[in-house]
Amino acid sequence: MARAVSTRRKTSFTVAAWAVSFLIFFPILWTFLTGFKTEGEAIASPPSFLFFDWNLSAYEAVNQRSDYPKHFFNSVIISFGSTALGLLIAIPAAWAMAFVPAKHTKDILMWMLSTKMLPPVGVLIPIFLIFRDTGLLDTRTGLVIVLTLINLPIIIWMLFTYFREIPGEVLEAARMDGASLRNEILYVLTPMAVPGIASTLLLNVILAWNEAFWTLNLTAADAAPLTAFIAAFSSPEGLFYAKLSAASTMAIAPIVILGWFSQKQLVRGMTFGAVK
Amino acid sequence: MGHISLNQVSKSFGDVNVIPPLNLEINDGEFVVFVGPSGCGKSTLLRLIAGLEDVSDGKILIDGTDATITPPAKRGLSMVFQSYALYPHMSVRKNIAFPLKMAGVEKEEATRRVEAAAKVLNLTEYLNRRPGQLSGGQRQRVAIGRAIVREPKAFLFDEPLSNLDAALRVNMRIEITELHRDLTTTMIYVTHDQVEAMTMADKIVVLNEGRIEQVGSPLKLYREPANLFVAGFIGSPRMNFITGAAAEKQGAHTLGIRPEHLTVSNSAGEWTGKVGVAEHLGSDTFLRIHLDDGSTITARGDGDFEAEHGTTVWLSPDAEKFHRFDASGMRLN
Repeated sequence: MARAVSTRRKTSFTVAAWAVSFLIFFPILWTFLTGFKTEGEAIASPPSFLFFDWNLSAYEAVNQRSDYPKHFFNSVIISFGSTALGLLIAIPAAWAMAFVPAKHTKDILMWMLSTKMLPPVGVLIPIFLIFRDTGLLDTRTGLVIVLTLINLPIIIWMLFTYFREIPGEVLEAARMDGASLRNEILYVLTPMAVPGIASTLLLNVILAWNEAFWTLNLTAADAAPLTAFIAAFSSPEGLFYAKLSAASTMAIAPIVILGWFSQKQLVRGMTFGAVK
Repeated sequence: MGHISLNQVSKSFGDVNVIPPLNLEINDGEFVVFVGPSGCGKSTLLRLIAGLEDVSDGKILIDGTDATITPPAKRGLSMVFQSYALYPHMSVRKNIAFPLKMAGVEKEEATRRVEAAAKVLNLTEYLNRRPGQLSGGQRQRVAIGRAIVREPKAFLFDEPLSNLDAALRVNMRIEITELHRDLTTTMIYVTHDQVEAMTMADKIVVLNEGRIEQVGSPLKLYREPANLFVAGFIGSPRMNFITGAAAEKQGAHTLGIRPEHLTVSNSAGEWTGKVGVAEHLGSDTFLRIHLDDGSTITARGDGDFEAEHGTTVWLSPDAEKFHRFDASGMRLN
């Protein structure tokens, strides 16, 4: 009997999990499908789900109207650049906080996290003015800097959590075994921290890739990434759902593919080291 | 060589003074055990010797050289940690070879030494496994292997057996003792288990609240404990302490008598009481007895002694084995 109950429970959990996953995935699926419709079919009521005239007209229109490769290139530079710069700052910071905590380390961590609670629009004007005066508006450099700063608290928190999981005794053992600080970092700490650093990197690339507020407000043409590319199709000239969907699909495709291949690392990243 | 000397060494964490200034000599080749209850500072003292903690004051000399501020890597000591602290991403072979790699030992020589250590510790067939694939006892052996390949001046053990089950603990205890006999290298061993201390040590250092209560051979500590703390800590079951008239009659404030120095009888004796709990171990019977004067005492009878809760028994102490202590808890001779 016990077995029958557990099988039934298992089945209902599986069904529920699939239902929830489908619900979450549905908007993405709908966007993907709409991209292959004509503008007329895109707004038809009742909407057709799969049985419509599949065509690439929306994609062709999008490609004619904008320069996808340029936006893609900008997105890559901005997301990977800001993540790399962020890691460069965050690794030593998280390191120090995890292994040589000072009296106020916890307070500093909380303070850093609190900056994420500030609505970004609250600092838009000062940042915009600073960018204008320093010539950083509509530059990739400017966006790399601002996204690094925006995501730095998350990067430090994630790395701090990972580093904290590394037992201090292992590092002490390395010291007892005659390892210099350089060798301790090179042969013991880094290999043990690589999974944590990799998942932090992935998660932050995704966060930076999808960041829309700053990328839209601080760029015009030259440095505009894919978020601006999508936004261009939700313009006041009318609602063109098919083109908008085609553009969205093109913008998210690279990151979905990246995410698909790094699922394992990502899940670990998102659970923040809580599950051992 | 492995002569370690602590001169007025003290340690404070912030305002908390965990180790008041102390002096200690550890001779070359000695097996020294630091023993004491949790929080007595024994691990801190070991970490000070290792260099993993900085001393607040005083000097540490290793083979006559001042090593007070020498980093752990340069002290020439090996350490075995309670958690084993193996490198999880390295094979057993690489774990054991790591200290040799750090010391720049030639590859062929390193391989030879790793294989020799593996043979001694029965690890040869596990050399290519990772620590995660080993049992607790095997991991402990790897940790010891990593410590011995380097041929250090002294080994430091920080409660190395406390994560093992009872049977394995006894085996490893014997193995470590044999290892010491073969290597004749100085060993400093930290434990809270007085049985480990008694069975392994040449010299026991009993610590309490960061202070050294007594230093001596196991039997010296058992026979002549310097104070009430040592008397109560060394020996199992612990020594009985009697105060009041019976103690005064012997000219002491507190009288100590070990459970094994009381003769238990069903018919006659000096003191009488009722059995509270009788523990039949087969070889011995431990009795917790409520004496008629209200005090409680533990006695050891032989394995065949018949007693249960409520049985009336008589006790005769061996007067020659009394330990007498004054009001401040110090031994009276």
